Amino acid sequence: MAFISSGYDPKEPMKDRITDIGPRNYEEFYPPIIAKNKGKWAYHEILEPGVLVHVSETGDELYTVRVGGCRLMSVTHIREICEIADKYCDGYLRFTTRNNIEFMVDSKEKAEALKKDLESRKFPGGSFKFPIGGTGAGITNIIHTQGWIHCHTPATDASGPVKATLDVLFEHFQNMDLPAQVRVSLACCLNMCGAVHCSDIAILGYHRKPPMVEHEYIDKMCEIPLAIAACPTAAIKPKKVALEDGTEVKSVEVNHSRCMYCGNCYTMCPSMPLADKEGDGIVIMVGGKVSNRISAPKFSKVAVAYLPNNPPRWPEVTSTIKKIVDTYSKDARKYERLGEWAERIGWEKFFEKCGLEFTHHLIDDFRDPAYYTWRQTTQFKFTD
Amino acid sequence: MAKHQTPLLDQLESGPWPSFVSDLKQEAEARAKNERNIEYQIPQDVVEDLMGVLELSYKDGTTHWKHGGIVGVFGYGGGVIGRYCDQPEQFPGVAHFHTMRVNQPAGKFYTTKYLKELCDLWEFRGSGLTNMHGSTGDIIFLGTTTPQLEEIFYELTHKHNQDLGGSGSNLRTPSDCIGQARCEYACYDTQALCHYLTNEYQDELHRPAFPYKFKFKFDGCPNCCVASIARADLSFVGTWRDEIQIDQEAVKAYVAGEFPPNAGAHAGRDWGPFDIQKEVIDRCPTGCMRYEDGKLEINNRECTRCMHCINVMPRALKPGKDRGCSILAGAKAPILDGAQMGSLLVPFIKVEEPYDEIKEVIEAIWDWWMEEGKNRERLGELMKRQGFQKLLEVTNIKPVPQHVQEPRTNPYIFWKEEEVPGGFERDIKEFRKHHQR
Repeated sequence: MAFISSGYDPKEPMKDRITDIGPRNYEEFYPPIIAKNKGKWAYHEILEPGVLVHVSETGDELYTVRVGGCRLMSVTHIREICEIADKYCDGYLRFTTRNNIEFMVDSKEKAEALKKDLESRKFPGGSFKFPIGGTGAGITNIIHTQGWIHCHTPATDASGPVKATLDVLFEHFQNMDLPAQVRVSLACCLNMCGAVHCSDIAILGYHRKPPMVEHEYIDKMCEIPLAIAACPTAAIKPKKVALEDGTEVKSVEVNHSRCMYCGNCYTMCPSMPLADKEGDGIVIMVGGKVSNRISAPKFSKVAVAYLPNNPPRWPEVTSTIKKIVDTYSKDARKYERLGEWAERIGWEKFFEKCGLEFTHHLIDDFRDPAYYTWRQTTQFKFTD
Repeated sequence: MAKHQTPLLDQLESGPWPSFVSDLKQEAEARAKNERNIEYQIPQDVVEDLMGVLELSYKDGTTHWKHGGIVGVFGYGGGVIGRYCDQPEQFPGVAHFHTMRVNQPAGKFYTTKYLKELCDLWEFRGSGLTNMHGSTGDIIFLGTTTPQLEEIFYELTHKHNQDLGGSGSNLRTPSDCIGQARCEYACYDTQALCHYLTNEYQDELHRPAFPYKFKFKFDGCPNCCVASIARADLSFVGTWRDEIQIDQEAVKAYVAGEFPPNAGAHAGRDWGPFDIQKEVIDRCPTGCMRYEDGKLEINNRECTRCMHCINVMPRALKPGKDRGCSILAGAKAPILDGAQMGSLLVPFIKVEEPYDEIKEVIEAIWDWWMEEGKNRERLGELMKRQGFQKLLEVTNIKPVPQHVQEPRTNPYIFWKEEEVPGGFERDIKEFRKHHQR
């Protein structure tokens, strides 16, 4: 493994340095039919799950085949994507905002050949490399995060639970059989990188134990005031602590009864780790959306306060999600998003129909706005 | 023979959804074989060690990455996320495992030529693993060592005309929906605005000068396919202010069942024949539509442009012709004081090059937030702390009813001293002349 220079000279680091050139211009990458018809599209249709046609005012037709992607992908896999795009799409492709891959061709015949090829490709373990789907009123890809692959603050993994969940929901990826599209997302801690706070169903990594404080190192490793200011519930205060050898050091004290394990102090301070095998697990949230269609965008709400981390397949998580999707699918009206359905029938009915236990954890107790989430009316439904 | 046993991960190879484990294994194998005789610049078994450390995490239910990591390239304050394994002896291949954010092209359109070039670079100088893409939009190069960072950056900029994305307390990489490139709903060119502003604010993107992170996202219409309203401090959502364009003949074709409702999005279930009254007229949030004698009427003055009717009948209805965007401010995740969606700041603004009016809004907000924002305080939190009125004041925008969902219910109303005749300075002795103690 001999070091090979790129031409960069570490002795003169600023020499020949190019900066601030930004991304490549998108126009370089438009397929010709897109460049020609941009801004002129007349209408679209979903021909079948995963296949769209866009028709231009010029009469041009563009067929798009959407396939699932697992976001975390190797250069070998990207090269295979390129090979397919070279073979069928003149070397053009794109990725969606939910990390699916879209191959575009200009005729139905080409789309058919492309589809056939995509469907035939599998990994040695048996999973599809390029499952076609993700359109219309079904379940598309899961927006997710780093998990145990790369991050230091997670309370769960990302890639694993996502794979497990999409295996269970797979029929809905390849079918458009729900009242409306269901957006599922995952974040491995409550920093909520991504879309957990605004998704129909959300999987959220959560801790349940306060951080440990490494008194010996905290003043050396951390800006203590930042760790204190990081706490939403003011559970952290400065404290002088005597170490075993008698040295007095600056540290902090965590008031356990005020801590709700958000982990933000650890984000700011390496001497306050909190990850824990038995403590950590998953919160399920439901009912969020970002579109303005019919109703305004909504935050997702906590529906299940804790499910265990159970690698590698997280069965408690996937079966709970399946139960929610099945109930929504059976009960909701056409075009009704999960959150609109839950609000129409009332959350008491949501819990009853989905067979979910309602526990004290689900009642908001964070500052003034919590009051507005309680029920200031006699309007409620009796449940069994 | 794999370097580490991965019995737990192996169970994620079955099932229909593409298995990241299978993909990791194929990459590990490809590196082990090295058929292209590449002089790998980081350990050849990096992917095997990544699987090893992930398997260990699956066993003991916790992450094995050390806290933080501060690495980068000269000239920039961000773009690289440093990461070190907490078991470097056991997994030396991932002792360093830094992520590089590469600024994606707007709309995420690619040529295979470009992607293959990036793959060649990343296989040679990194792990060969990526995220396509990070939630904010970047191409993520997942895993390399510190000495390679400058080398990769040099090649990116010199050979591929390609810059890094953002990280840290700065403008993060902007991203957009597919827009006019392939959508008939797009009310402005999201790619053009995204690309222009990304270039305009390169300094703000590469060199952290803000109290905290700041994100732009660009949605072509209120369907919000890039979720700007939930995931960007400033959200640009396309809209129109004239009349929805109606093609009455096409409406009749929907009613007659010739065109599938919602472009066929519900074709997987029998929902009965299309019923325009039930599916469109009665679902309109403002009740501003009517269908009588085979004619669809919309009272556009009462329409809130939610997109439902257009979504259901894309061949009959189109956004109006007088187009622009709304700007919403302050979306963020829960930390620290609760999640926020964007709040409407500019109801309508034209989107026209050179985008001066839009830049004025952005820069006025930055001037205020950079001065007043506390350490690690998102714009949304500053808005809560200092008030929405303050945001209007600094952006020189007149308060209008559209700025609120509802007026305040509490009467704790602040007045500016100059609004009140006589001001606030008063003499108690004057008061006592008329009111005995």
